[in-house]
Amino acid sequence: MTTMTKTEDTPAPTGPEAFLSVRDLRVRFSTEDGIVKAVDGLSFDVERGKTLGIVGESGSGKSVTNLTVLGLHNRKTTEIDGEIVLDGQELTGASERELEKLRGNKVAMIFQDPLTALSPYYTVGRQLSEPFMKHRGASKKEAKARAIEMLDKVGIPQPALRFNDYPHQFSGGMRQRAMIAMALMCDPDLLIADEPTTALDVTVQAQILDLLKDLQQEFGSAIIFITHDLGVIANMADDLLVMYAGRAVERGSVREVLRAPQHPYTWGLLSSMPRLGGDTGESLVPIPGSPPSLLNPPTGCPFHPRCAFTDQVTGASCSGERPSLGAGRAAACHLTGEQKQTIFIDQIKPRLG
Amino acid sequence: MSENVTLPKQQGPTDKPAGEPLLTVEGLTKHFPIYGGFPFKRQVGAVKAVDGVDLTVHAGESLGLVGESGCGKSTTGRLITRLMEPTAGKITYAGRDITRANRKQLAPVRSEIQMIFQDPYSSLNPRQTVGTIIKSPMEVNGINPPGGRENRVRELLETVGLNPEHYNRFPHEFSGGQRQRIGVARALALEPKLIVADEPVSALDVSIQAQVVNLLQKVQDELGIAFLFIAHDLAVVRHFSQRVAVMYLGKVMEVADRDSLYNRPRHPYTHALLSAVPEADVDTGKKERIRLAGDVPSPVNPPSGCRFRTRCWKAQDKCATEEPPLVQISGNREGHLTACHFPEEPSTEARTEDVVMDPALAALEEEHGSDD
Repeated sequence: MTTMTKTEDTPAPTGPEAFLSVRDLRVRFSTEDGIVKAVDGLSFDVERGKTLGIVGESGSGKSVTNLTVLGLHNRKTTEIDGEIVLDGQELTGASERELEKLRGNKVAMIFQDPLTALSPYYTVGRQLSEPFMKHRGASKKEAKARAIEMLDKVGIPQPALRFNDYPHQFSGGMRQRAMIAMALMCDPDLLIADEPTTALDVTVQAQILDLLKDLQQEFGSAIIFITHDLGVIANMADDLLVMYAGRAVERGSVREVLRAPQHPYTWGLLSSMPRLGGDTGESLVPIPGSPPSLLNPPTGCPFHPRCAFTDQVTGASCSGERPSLGAGRAAACHLTGEQKQTIFIDQIKPRLG
Repeated sequence: MSENVTLPKQQGPTDKPAGEPLLTVEGLTKHFPIYGGFPFKRQVGAVKAVDGVDLTVHAGESLGLVGESGCGKSTTGRLITRLMEPTAGKITYAGRDITRANRKQLAPVRSEIQMIFQDPYSSLNPRQTVGTIIKSPMEVNGINPPGGRENRVRELLETVGLNPEHYNRFPHEFSGGQRQRIGVARALALEPKLIVADEPVSALDVSIQAQVVNLLQKVQDELGIAFLFIAHDLAVVRHFSQRVAVMYLGKVMEVADRDSLYNRPRHPYTHALLSAVPEADVDTGKKERIRLAGDVPSPVNPPSGCRFRTRCWKAQDKCATEEPPLVQISGNREGHLTACHFPEEPSTEARTEDVVMDPALAALEEEHGSDD
C-alpha cells in the first residue's frame, strides 16, 4: 500500500504554461470521530485562459481542494501535504498575509449560494468596492466607478442605482451576477467557481453560464469550475477531472472523457443520468451502494465496493492495490486499456443512447 | 390564433392516456394573503402561488409537473393532497368533489392519495424507528393487514430494497437514498391509488437519484399507482412521466404527452426551458439557443394577460391585454394544450438566429462576435 502511494500520481504534464499546479495534495481534518481524508493525493494543472471542470458527488473532496488553494480551511484542525503552486508561488506554506494579498486579487472565488456569501449588512456596492480599494489602493470614487462598470457588464439594470442596494433587494439570479462582478473586480488570473449555478433555475443558469464564458473570453482568466452536473461541465470546461472519495479517478479533455470515458465510476455517472434525447423505455442503470465514508475509505481502489467490473481485473487486486492515475488523458483503474475500450463499446455506450 | 383552435383528431396514437381520469383539477387557485398597514393590520395583497390550474391525472399514469422555483408546482401538490385549503377551484377525485370535504369525508380519500417529500432528512421523525414511521399510517387509518402490521412493514421494506432486519433502526442510521426509500415505503403502506411526489430525487446525488427513480418506476409498473411527479429537472421528468405539464407563475403554460412536449413544444417558455437544459452529450446536433433575461417576476403582482410576456421574445400588445386560454393549437396531437397567442414552430432544432434576451449577454456577444 505504502509503496503504491509513493509511486502513483507522478506529476501530471507540467506544461510551462500551467498557471496553477497542484501536486499530490492531501488534506486531512481531525474530527471527533477520527481523521477525515478529504483529499488524498490529488494532482492537476490549470492553464491560463482555460477552464478546468471538476465533477464529483457530495463529499468527493472537490470543494475542499479549492478552499485549500485559497487557504480558506480551518488551520487548527486541518493538515495539508503536497504542493500548490500558483504562478510560481508556493501556497501550502504561505502565511495568512501573503494569501490575503492573493484573495480577491489574483485569485477570486464564486460561491454556490450568493445569499450566504454576500453580507446582508453591507450594500452590494460596498462589498464590490472593498477588494478593489484594498488591493489596488484605489480611492472610494474610483472603486465606485469600477463597481458600477462591472455591475453593468454582468447585466444588472441601472447599476448606478443598484450600487446602493442590499443583497436582499436582489433576486437570486442577480445576486449571482453581483458575485461574479465582485470576483472580477480586480481582474483575477484565476477564478474558482464552486457550484455557481446549482442554486439557480435552469433558464437563469443558462444565462449565467453563457455570461461566465463570454467574460472569460474578455478577461482571459483561468477558471476552475466545480459542479456535480456533467451537463454543465460539457458546456463550460475544456478539461475535466472526475473525483471520487478524495481522489481523481479520471482526467482528460471534456470531449475525450464524455465521448469515451474510461473509468467505471464515470460510466456509472453517465448511465445513471436521464437524458433529454434518451430512450424512455430503457431504465436507468444506477451505481449500486452509496459513496464511502472518508473516515474509513475502502482500501485499494476507493470505487471497488461499488464497481461491477472488479472480476475482470487480472494481475492486480482492486481491494489491495490502489490504481495510479497516469499523466495526461488517464483513468485510475486496474482494467487494461483494451478491456476499458471493449466494455465501454459493448456495455456502456448502448445505454447512453 | 383563435381561428385554428378547434381541430379534428390528429395523428396516430401517442403514449396512451391510460385509464379513466382519477383526479381532475379545475381552476385551482391558492392565494396567500399578505398583511400589513398601521395601526390596524389588514390584507394588503396576496401571493398568487397557484392561479387557476387545470390538470387531469388518469389512473395508473404518471403526470409530470415541471417549472422553475416559485411557479407553484409544490403548492399544487399540497392542494391536491388537501394539506392546504384551496382559495378557489374544484378538485375531483374518482368522481367525488373533495374541494371542501371535511375531515370525516376526506378520511377514505386520504389513504388513497399519499405523498413523498423532497427532503428525506426533514420528512422522517428522528425519534421514531423506521418500523414506527412506516406503521403509523396504518394505525391512523385502522388498517389491519393479514399477518399483522409489523409483517406488512417488513414486506414494504423489502419492496423498496431495504433490509427488513432494519425495522428497529432510526432514520439517522440511513443514507439519503435509503431514507428516501423509507419515505416511499411509508407512502405505499396504505396501498394508495395516487402518489404526489414532490421533488423526490432532487436532494440526492446523481448516482443515487437513478436508484430512487428506478424504484418509483418499479412501484408504478407493478402496483399501477398513478403519480403526480413534481420536479424541476426536465430530463428526470421526461424519463418518469407519460404526460408532462409546464407551469409558470401559478399557471399551466403547456401540457402534452411526453413526446410532443419534448420534441414538438409550442409555447415559447417550454422552448426556453428545453434549450436551457445543459446536456452531457458533446456530439448531439445543434439545438436552438434561447437565453431569457432576468428572473421570474414576483407572484404578488404577476404581469397582466399572459404571465410569460415580460420575458417572451414574441410578446405583442395582445399578450398584455388578453390572457391566452389553454387550448389545442392546430397541428398538435390530441391532449397537447398550449396557452399562447403566438405559438412557436413545433421543433427544437437550432434556428437561424439565436434568441438572446439578456442585454449583458447580447452586448458581450456583439463585441466578440458569436462563437457558438
